[in-house]
Amino acid sequence: MGKLSKAAWLYIGAVIIAAALPIARGPFAEINWTAVITLGLLLAASESTATLLESRSLAWSANSVASLAAVVLTGPVGAALVACCTLLGIRRGPSPMQRLFNTGMYALSAYLAGQVFLLFGGQVGTPGTSSFPGIIGPYAAATVTHVAVNFALLQGVFWLAPTPRTTASRLDLGLLVTDVGYGALGVLIAALWEVLGPFTPVLVLIPLFVARWAVAQFAAQQRAYEATVSALCQAVETKDFYTRGHSERVSKGSVMIASEIGMHAERIAAIRFAGMLHDVGKLGVPTAVLQKTGRLTDDEYAAIQLHPMRGLDIVRDIGFLDEALAGIMHHHERIDGKGYPMGLAGDEIPEFARVLAVADAFDAMTSNRAYRGARPVSAAIAELRKCAGEQFDPAFVDAFVAAIDRDGWAEPQPVPGDNTEKALPADTDGQAGPLIIESL
Amino acid sequence: MAVRRYEQPGYSRNILDSGQALLVIVAGVLLIVAITDTAVADVTDVSAAIAFGALIAFGELLRLTLPGDREAAPIAAAGSLAYALLIRVQDMPARNSMQQVVAVAAVGMLIGALPHLAVGRPARLTSMAARLVAVACVAAVFRPLAGHQVISGHWWSALPVMLSLVVLAWLVEAAIAALVRTDVLRARFGVALADELRVQLPLGVAVGTSALLIAFAAEVMGLFAVAVFAAPLLVTQVALRRFAGIRATYLQTVRALARVTEIGGYVEAGHSARVSKLSVDIGRELGMPEADLLELEYAALMHDIGQLSLRDPIPGGATVLVSREEQRRIAEYGAEVIQQAKVLDSVADIVRRQSDPARMPNRADEPPLSSRIIRAANAFDDLVGSSVEPSRAAAAVERLRLDTAGEYDPAVVEALAALVARRP
Repeated sequence: MGKLSKAAWLYIGAVIIAAALPIARGPFAEINWTAVITLGLLLAASESTATLLESRSLAWSANSVASLAAVVLTGPVGAALVACCTLLGIRRGPSPMQRLFNTGMYALSAYLAGQVFLLFGGQVGTPGTSSFPGIIGPYAAATVTHVAVNFALLQGVFWLAPTPRTTASRLDLGLLVTDVGYGALGVLIAALWEVLGPFTPVLVLIPLFVARWAVAQFAAQQRAYEATVSALCQAVETKDFYTRGHSERVSKGSVMIASEIGMHAERIAAIRFAGMLHDVGKLGVPTAVLQKTGRLTDDEYAAIQLHPMRGLDIVRDIGFLDEALAGIMHHHERIDGKGYPMGLAGDEIPEFARVLAVADAFDAMTSNRAYRGARPVSAAIAELRKCAGEQFDPAFVDAFVAAIDRDGWAEPQPVPGDNTEKALPADTDGQAGPLIIESL
Repeated sequence: MAVRRYEQPGYSRNILDSGQALLVIVAGVLLIVAITDTAVADVTDVSAAIAFGALIAFGELLRLTLPGDREAAPIAAAGSLAYALLIRVQDMPARNSMQQVVAVAAVGMLIGALPHLAVGRPARLTSMAARLVAVACVAAVFRPLAGHQVISGHWWSALPVMLSLVVLAWLVEAAIAALVRTDVLRARFGVALADELRVQLPLGVAVGTSALLIAFAAEVMGLFAVAVFAAPLLVTQVALRRFAGIRATYLQTVRALARVTEIGGYVEAGHSARVSKLSVDIGRELGMPEADLLELEYAALMHDIGQLSLRDPIPGGATVLVSREEQRRIAEYGAEVIQQAKVLDSVADIVRRQSDPARMPNRADEPPLSSRIIRAANAFDDLVGSSVEPSRAAAAVERLRLDTAGEYDPAVVEALAALVARRP
């Protein structure tokens, strides 16, 4: 915290005030207090068991279900009151400021969802047998409103207070659909109120936990991908400690190029993996050849040239790599068609491979190798420019140079000669303090 | 020269077929009786039958394979249980008979299975039969009670009955699945049942509560409860698929790492796969639960990954031939690679300890069972290789037996001997 801009503070204040106003105004006369209290407890319970999303800055809880049930049972003001129970959630992580913002965000979402429910002709109160199917339309509108307002308010914060690891794309569409899907549980609570009364939330707790588990799978999937890639990377570096950190840096360079040319977020994630794994085929090349300091014989050179194909052989069956596979296989192709393994030229070379080739060559030049020392960044850039059009795709060279000019390039640490000591790759990602936003 | 007969190794297929066939026949008889009965007695509450049948068909269409090669159709299961537990649809008492529940569930499942058949995915009859039998049990108990004043009067009297029936469905399905698994995999029934109960618990809870909620909600919402509830069920289903995908990713990674040593020429092609298969067979013979078997499989596939740290491959990749120190170093490097995949920590530990002798002066220092199994399986494969010569296998077992005082675990070696003896 503390590093927030003025605009961000204003924004957070505005959200909290916008949520507080309607609650202060009431009316309170027609509020079903039993429902507010029971649902408030349900909401506090789900808030307390929120599950973290991919990065540490975002957490998901099933709060919208309780608020949406309150929309039907007691109307917009009651729903906003229920949403205020976010404050009661017991979980470590969010700072008081975050809690206040989250509470304001949920209360505002719930209030607006309630107004939309009324706008579409929804009847407030415990629904009876005659309420169906009439209530479904307004309820669906309220659900979509809740998710959309929640999403928009969060986006606002990301926009005003960007954090290094939280990009807007992190809130992917799948999560929004998940939210709308589980929103249906709200109307179920409202309907069951007629049969089960305040006991309803107890029965609904289990589906809420299921929902939580379901959302946790998003993060688990991401972890599985990361784990896969780092295990394979570690294998490469176990074999050839000279390249330690190389994969990581090529990956970073590829992401810089990809972002510079405006690649879609999903493809940027894929090219990150491709960069990490581009040399995985070196596992299939004899260590003696990889670490040789003298001139390579023809046979040894041929063995090295096999590595893109070997790499493909190794990771071919890993489903999620998908487009990254093409990058791994073709990252030694040249624009003029003189590369290997296929001798593709120009646009025949997959885009990923052309990006990787630039980042790979650049890191090779700027780091120590068995056969020569590192060159300075400026010399490497000059070399890239010289070879653009022959070896490299000029567009990607330009993009890379532009990105380096703006963001700089972390030169690798000297590789320690002892291969038991662990050298972590240079990492200068500005990990600015704790991230500020929680929730969705 | 004598003619040698080649047979499928392992279990006898006849027994297997008869056990599963019995299950399918029971389900088939249920189905026929239910459908004829319903046809004779006329379908009651046609719209409810159609709504639930549609949900079941839809769920069957979306069935998925969960880790451990288990087929599940959670939406279909929730739908058919809900139909069995129905008390009222809005103000009308539900009058669907037990036969009708089974008939609707069966027809729904068949319709949902048709598209799978059309694209060439064979139906897994045992799995469908198990689900049908579970629903039939619940319906048989609850349908006669549904109209009774005690049940239909108050939710608090109905709830415990419904809850225990949901538990019953879970037990029945787990027991049937365990029986089938005992048959197919030669697992012990007790172990298999414990595995099934554990694995199916989370899904069973989710399916059971969904069924309860749909049944209760139908009292107010009528059949719209089915439509409204389909949304969260669908989202959960997507998450389940994601979950299965995650497990698949780990397996793919482990396989890729196992392939690395073969492509790099460190071990003979097929070695990792053989050691892994043999290890899992030994583990099952020793009654290990499924979760441990999975870790054992992963560890065995990757047990040689540490050899990547060697500048030159060991001739033939046979770690059994190098010094204890070298073995330990290889195991340590391997564990380091696996540790990068954070969730596989215990796998890394198994790989790390594989070079330790199985018997230690102090029992507490002994490596985990999985490590001891891999040690024996690896040594066996180094000695035998891809050869299928029975005499060579027997000789290898004898050699391992000689070392059971220190190097190898006698129980593991005996399990291995039993497996080898069962080979044709």
